[in-house]
Amino acid sequence: MTTTLTETKNGNGMSHAETTRDATTYCPRFDIWETEDELVLYGDMPGVTPENLDIHYENGQLGIHGKVCPRHDDIKFSYGEYGIGDYHRSFTVGEAINAEKISAELKHGVLTLHLPKSEKVKPRKIEIKSG
Amino acid sequence: MLATRWEPLTQMNRLRHEMDRLFDRWGDNRPQQYARNTFPPLNLWENDDNLFVEAELPGFALEDLEIMVTGGNQLSINGERKAPELEGGTWHRRERGFGKFNRALELPGYVDSENVSAEFKNGVLTITLPKREEVKPRRIEVKVS
Repeated sequence: MTTTLTETKNGNGMSHAETTRDATTYCPRFDIWETEDELVLYGDMPGVTPENLDIHYENGQLGIHGKVCPRHDDIKFSYGEYGIGDYHRSFTVGEAINAEKISAELKHGVLTLHLPKSEKVKPRKIEIKSG
Repeated sequence: MLATRWEPLTQMNRLRHEMDRLFDRWGDNRPQQYARNTFPPLNLWENDDNLFVEAELPGFALEDLEIMVTGGNQLSINGERKAPELEGGTWHRRERGFGKFNRALELPGYVDSENVSAEFKNGVLTITLPKREEVKPRRIEVKVS
């Protein structure tokens, strides 16, 4: 049981898709867990609210885009160790997914995304009849 | 004669810092003043009355975090993020980190440790540290004689 989940990104931790706004877009970290019934994606996206999170799935392409509203205006950081920007990540999902039943939850800045597999790709135990 | 000890590690570190600086200018322009592996990275800023410290801590809850101010200017943050215990499947990617962290920081000024407050929203922790009266900026009136 293997699923191909691939993505293309450049090596500096930033997303490859270009935006029209002049803002830094970060590539959020993801964990991906697969069971017989579903794929579960866990992503760290601190600062994103549910209304600013856009997830779309089409033809095996999963796109996740989180918009982060600027938290500070015109602040000069005394120490600045991280940048704040939008999140973007996309995956190509090799399995057949039941797109109707995709569900997502966002809690404490962590996105949990459930991708249930279609019935036809679920492993099936084959009964062997003794003749 | 010029006696220079050859210190390959120092040289390598210097080279790395130079490279980081170079790429910070054109590429990833996030500010970096500390080593990359300190967790969590912090942003600190101030206004006339308060110091503010912010950290991104996704997956933590406020009750998992311990924030302490000692000696009026030492801030320490401890916490733990537990890995989810899942069974009956396989991991395809594990990019997120789990475990305990402890970060201590010397604040740029003395704060009123009794009135420190913290807010945790969408995985972002913001600590507000009121400055002590004696460190607040004071406007000095210039009299015209």
